Amino acid sequence: MSGDQITVVVSAIEQVAPSIREFTLTSKDATLYPFSPGSHVVVEMQGESKTYKNAYSLMSDPWDTDAYKIAVRLQDSSRGGSIYMHEQVEVGDELKITPPANMFAPEWGAKKHVLIAGGVGITPFMSYLPELMRRDADFELHYLYRGNNTGAYKAELAQELGARYFGYDSVQGEKCDIATLFAERLLGTHFYICGPESLIEGVKSLADECGVPASAIHYEEFAAPQPGMPFEVEIKSTGVVVPVGAEESMLEALEAAEIEVPNLCRGGVCGQCVCQVEEGEIEHRDHFLSGAEKAAGTAVMPCVSRAKSKRLVIEI
Amino acid sequence: MRVAPKEIQTFRDDFTYTNSPEAIQRFPFPFPEDDYRYSVNMEPHTPKGGEGSAYEKFLDIDEHYLSEMKERSLVLKDMPHRCLAMEHMDLACWDMIERCMVSLAEDYPEHFVLECDGDNWTWENKLLDIKDTFVFGDSSTLPMPPMEYMGRQLQGDFALLDQREGDLFLDAGIITCPADWSLAFDAGMSFSEWHGPVPMAHSEGIFERALKYLTAIQVGKPVRRLNWTMTINARMDTSPETYHEWGHERTSVTPENVGEKVYLRVELQVLDRMPRSNAMMFSIRTYLMSLEDIVSNPEWAKRMHRVMKTLPAPLIDYKGLTRYHGMVVDYLSQFDKAN
Repeated sequence: MSGDQITVVVSAIEQVAPSIREFTLTSKDATLYPFSPGSHVVVEMQGESKTYKNAYSLMSDPWDTDAYKIAVRLQDSSRGGSIYMHEQVEVGDELKITPPANMFAPEWGAKKHVLIAGGVGITPFMSYLPELMRRDADFELHYLYRGNNTGAYKAELAQELGARYFGYDSVQGEKCDIATLFAERLLGTHFYICGPESLIEGVKSLADECGVPASAIHYEEFAAPQPGMPFEVEIKSTGVVVPVGAEESMLEALEAAEIEVPNLCRGGVCGQCVCQVEEGEIEHRDHFLSGAEKAAGTAVMPCVSRAKSKRLVIEI
Repeated sequence: MRVAPKEIQTFRDDFTYTNSPEAIQRFPFPFPEDDYRYSVNMEPHTPKGGEGSAYEKFLDIDEHYLSEMKERSLVLKDMPHRCLAMEHMDLACWDMIERCMVSLAEDYPEHFVLECDGDNWTWENKLLDIKDTFVFGDSSTLPMPPMEYMGRQLQGDFALLDQREGDLFLDAGIITCPADWSLAFDAGMSFSEWHGPVPMAHSEGIFERALKYLTAIQVGKPVRRLNWTMTINARMDTSPETYHEWGHERTSVTPENVGEKVYLRVELQVLDRMPRSNAMMFSIRTYLMSLEDIVSNPEWAKRMHRVMKTLPAPLIDYKGLTRYHGMVVDYLSQFDKAN
């Protein structure tokens, strides 16, 4: 793991929606780092049979060094991490986290900030809001959710943000007209999207149609690694062969075999864990490599991507 | 034993700057091998070399502190634009204040004292006889803009790099002792733009790798590297803005005075992630050492001769050594008879 881990104590747990729990983490020894809006930490969970490492956005005020807050949604296709957080973790428990890192920072040169959140994708914006307000920045929040199921925090956001808050409950048939947001944007507006891949892809392709420059579109998707067929990964220089199970990522399998791979986001975004591929066919699932790099088939992001072939020969 | 700040010496006009034997001993000699080559020679900025080493503390305060602070104030008086911070960098400037004040007060309690009562901070710099109370984060409570306030109390140049679009942008800095680059010219540029003039390294993919590494630097995990060039006379301010004052001095080197005229100029560069702003603080701490002082260490003399002899021509030109490089090699050869 890159970065010295911090031991934190779970000081409060709150069920903020039927499938979303909020955890307050306080430091055990040193004070916590202040952080920049949009930062995440990787939480390490010691399960019975394996160690889970999931990235969660910090959603507390970035200036608050007394406690961090994260929200965890119980994933339908959880590989164990979110189930562990929901079922195993209790107030008073200790967890290990990495120092905050940021792949989704606000663009402070923007004339206006438009935040678009889908469900639990609201979390990184919870840390944007205090800083946007401190800077007296021009912004608005568009929050897309499914009734009470994923609509955590909507009442407090509506109250705090007033006219800058726009909520859309899909259960009520409410839709966010993103094309109109784009069409009516002020020059110099930046758009930030966090939510499921379908939302991000939809907004990106609309932006392209509406002529919004790609540099004004920022997104973060914490894609937990999805399961797939089992395969083997061989380290060329050492000849070590590591089996990768259907339910684990290549990165997790390598770590379990005590092979160190630098990493930060564990979600196919930051690019730190990239490995050279010598042999084998890759199933690319990341957002880091370019289309050309993916087509070349010589690099893989083991945090999310897998093999199509039975064996992948890599170099770290 | 750590060297204590001494009386003010000059980096211009009569050039009274000298290095004590202790300062020579702790000089960060930049050549680890006999051949010079480019590399992304970065390592974690953690203590190395024991007590008194230039790598012992996060910020190195040495015997030249008062002289360098005087020189900085002279430069800023003539050219205020040598310090600038774009509006969106205000928070990064406060990150820098916190990082520097906290580490100075911890590392040099005899010189610096910081008292924090919530956001009400009192800072005392006993070396410069400064004591101010201000509200953290409120630039109106300082006697000058935050970056200038801090930079005038730190040895070395400081830049704050904004991170966006997977790149770093030079959006703030206090640059009064640069090795021939201009803040006013580079301001707002991206990492690859301001490295545009560097020869050879582009085709080797060094900058792409370096940028990927730098943008991933985490809070609390600073890294450092050494860079070097040469300067005629102990001149700190070798900026393009003052080129008319120092450029011609390259013609003043003779075989007789090369040992005292030519200085090895070493930059201890540190990159540190700023927590609140996600900016990178890039500090460039410059050490000047005459060849005469360098060769007082026989190992350094030999090593430096071999490096100078094998230095590729594009680098000789880029570093501005063309006029006197031959004289430097000849001078050093007397200390490396085998080569």
